[in-house]
Amino acid sequence: MKISVTVNGVDEELEITPNALLADVIRDQLYLSGTHIGCDTSQCGACTVHLNGMAVKACTVLAAQVDGQAVTTIEGIGSPADLHPMQAAFKEHHALQCGFCTPGMIMRGIDLVNNSEVLDEAAIREGLEGNICRCTGYHNIVKAMFNAALEMAPGKTTEQEVV
Amino acid sequence: MSKAVSSAGVSNSGIGASVKRREDVRFITGQGSYVSDVEMQRQTYAVFIRSPHARARILEIDASAALAMPGVLAVLSGAEMAADGIADLPCGWAVVSKDDSPMKVAPHPTMAVDSVNYVGEPLGVVIAESLQIARDAAEQVLVDYEELDAVISLAGAISAEQIYPEIPNNLCYEWALGDEAETNAAFESADHISQLDLSNNRLIPNAMEPRAAVAEFDATNDSYTIYTTSQNPHLERLVLSAFVQLAPEHKLRIIAPDVGGGFGSKIFVYPEETAAAWASKKVSRPVKWTCDRAESFLSDAHGRDHLTRVELALDKQGLFLGLRVKTTANLGAYLSLFASAVPTYLYGTLLAGQYKTPAIYVEVQGVYTNTTPVDAYRGAGRPEATYVVERIVETAARELGIDPAELRRRNFIQPSDFPYETPVALVYDTGNYGASLDKALELARYDSFAERKAEAQSRGKLRGLGFSCYIEACGLAPSQLAMQLGAGVGLFESGEVRVNPTGNVTVFTGSHSHGQGHETTFAQVVSDRLGIDLDSVEIVHGDTGRVEYGLGTYGSRSIAVGGSALVLATDKIISKCKVIVAHLLDSEADLIDFEDGTFTLRDSNQSMDFAEVAAAAYFPATFPEDLEPGLTATAFYDPDNFTFPAGTHICELEIDPDTGVIEIIQFVAVDDFGKVINPMIVEGQVHGGLAQGIGQALLEEAVYDEYGQLQTGSFMDYCMPRADDVPNFVVDTTVTPCTHNPLGVKGCGEAGAIGSPPAVINAVTDAIGIKNISMPATSEKVWRACQQSKSSSGGAV
Ligand code: FES
Ligand code: FES
Repeated sequence: MKISVTVNGVDEELEITPNALLADVIRDQLYLSGTHIGCDTSQCGACTVHLNGMAVKACTVLAAQVDGQAVTTIEGIGSPADLHPMQAAFKEHHALQCGFCTPGMIMRGIDLVNNSEVLDEAAIREGLEGNICRCTGYHNIVKAMFNAALEMAPGKTTEQEVV
Repeated sequence: MSKAVSSAGVSNSGIGASVKRREDVRFITGQGSYVSDVEMQRQTYAVFIRSPHARARILEIDASAALAMPGVLAVLSGAEMAADGIADLPCGWAVVSKDDSPMKVAPHPTMAVDSVNYVGEPLGVVIAESLQIARDAAEQVLVDYEELDAVISLAGAISAEQIYPEIPNNLCYEWALGDEAETNAAFESADHISQLDLSNNRLIPNAMEPRAAVAEFDATNDSYTIYTTSQNPHLERLVLSAFVQLAPEHKLRIIAPDVGGGFGSKIFVYPEETAAAWASKKVSRPVKWTCDRAESFLSDAHGRDHLTRVELALDKQGLFLGLRVKTTANLGAYLSLFASAVPTYLYGTLLAGQYKTPAIYVEVQGVYTNTTPVDAYRGAGRPEATYVVERIVETAARELGIDPAELRRRNFIQPSDFPYETPVALVYDTGNYGASLDKALELARYDSFAERKAEAQSRGKLRGLGFSCYIEACGLAPSQLAMQLGAGVGLFESGEVRVNPTGNVTVFTGSHSHGQGHETTFAQVVSDRLGIDLDSVEIVHGDTGRVEYGLGTYGSRSIAVGGSALVLATDKIISKCKVIVAHLLDSEADLIDFEDGTFTLRDSNQSMDFAEVAAAAYFPATFPEDLEPGLTATAFYDPDNFTFPAGTHICELEIDPDTGVIEIIQFVAVDDFGKVINPMIVEGQVHGGLAQGIGQALLEEAVYDEYGQLQTGSFMDYCMPRADDVPNFVVDTTVTPCTHNPLGVKGCGEAGAIGSPPAVINAVTDAIGIKNISMPATSEKVWRACQQSKSSSGGAV
């Protein structure tokens, strides 16, 4: 079947199989390999992308469902020369080691900042329930997200800084 | 948190500076290149046929239906692979039993031939035009099995039915270390003996990137290129050529590009990449294989899985007299690459801990079961040893009514005792255990713990605090000793520094980074030594086609061994530069001084900077005959000894006795890693290790049912630590530089996972007021323990 979808601002016409997952179409048809696959039970969050501005796990979405909609992947939010504040915060606060969970974490982090009322350490930790990182122990991921939130939406963060 | 991260004192980007990682940009923008991102023209896809049974004979494989499907190129079996000359997967460490007999090795065909011995064992592979077709076809392959009784329980394995005809009692070896008679005598003269029965729970490493391989055979010169998720590509090449007989070493190029975490599980040579490579020759097309998470759970080597009885003998003053340990270690169905060494040389040797215990004796039975092979996982043997020592020491302190910190301090090896030879074959070069304990006590506010405990009690909560004073041995070495003890490979590392004509430097290291940040830290070392900009140094790793040789990254060895090799290589570069400068300034090399990137003729105002010398080396207009042009150097560094990071971890937690839910209030880790190259990266390594150790203590466990089916085969059943399961960590360091490597470094990758489990369990048992609870201390177990403790103490809890 055919779908038309806007990916990172570019309109794409795609021929897909009806059972294709969005994650696979992103990786194997659009060659956007920054979206990672870390599990087969929708637990790890490595595949997190934005669908119309909301974080979704691309392995739980059928590509057929995104017909006519807008998908943003890690490649669509910033570039080496012009990093998104969330990307910059991950580097600044050493929030990644092997980098495999990182694109999903960043996409989740942006969603958390954009779509939460308040954001303190506890809210970030709870918001990361669906994203697994095996390397960092989360400490620096939480710190990076908090600091990115300070920049992206100062009103939402509580005063106290995450150390 | 340590102030080191924000320390403004270290101004440059050299050794000691928290330089931001240069590799990050590609990862945060989605431009990392992991194995499954590699796409080759005309690539095909592999899906493995795996055993659904824990133990069975393979009677027949009928692939006709699968082969008839459009798009299926081949269905290849283990039998065909063996017939093609692909040999068994080897174990790289020959352990000798206490009766001097060699360990009994279960034959381990790359893919099963006549029989299968664990659920998930591959016995064949489908190669097809697309992943979907390969998956569908794999389901159409009919395998006829004759099921056999499987041996699953570790406790019962020795008396169970024999899995392999040539291996009685399923016993691979019965290994011992230490003086048995002396240890028994110590127990006879003891005033107090503490005893514990412990299990070290079986874990599944779960690096977030599943294993993968993309392999291509080039028929024009009979060579293979294999992209694979490896922590040690040269070792993989060596094993695939010398042992597995896939192809001669010079016909194999192994590339381990960006690798998404390893934690030990990507050290080993596995059936899948081997089969993918072999299959690429059979079908004359590149073959791509990416592991599903469900397959990872079944086929990545698991970790830990020990049952242990430990006894500690003490005198009246609480001084340790003797330690006796008997362990049964699960090896799984086959010996994975380093499986035999993990519960022996990486475990028994660490049982002295930080203490002057005069007599130690340990016996280890390594047994086969019909479960996934068990091998090194972050810490590998050392977390198991630390758990045994730190649980029994805490138990003894409670039984004797001595403060647990004080009991440890009384028994510490003192700074003046180094070098210190333990009764279990190691010589610790340096350390200051009291210093890290003191700092940890202060950060944990130990003085006022009793008040916090009382305050928690007033809220109906149980507060507990637990210690762990761990030691570990990193950078397994030296080669000569390790090889005498059965290691099948040397344990050195290589490094090459290539100075380019324009003065920048390309560095080739045999270490492999799969999250450790070597592209940053190794560049810091080289730029610091050569006095050049960090930006002028590029680090290359992970490709046998580019890097001369290497043994890779495991056992926290990279900076201590790989970093030291780079120091030796830069020394050679500097020496050569001095010869060049001496020639150009018409002087002698030993009159040339080098500092901060500048070569100066002593007592003169004549000097040359590094870039000028580099240019001269490649434009040798006036070089005499005995001065070679060019400026490159390779060094192999073989350490004199292990390094011995050590430290104190303190866990404070609170339990809700009505639900069994544990909240970690504070976790303090004070580690002595010797000199630190990049404090930010070191702290990150500690954080990650702590989360894995806390995961082991509270959440994670691989569970098999009696038929050998893995009950915890997905992230829904196997509880990985999530962000709200762990606290912010309080991490700091003390420093006693390693005495025998040029950087004074010790290694930091595993300490968090080694030190933390006993600290957590000591805190849990302290909170509830019980002697023991098995890992993982889940809410259910904790709740039961609280109920039991309440009823046995008449409701006093
Ligand atoms: S790959 Fe989508 S949640 Fe794991
Ligand atoms: S950085 Fe490796 S899994 Fe998160």
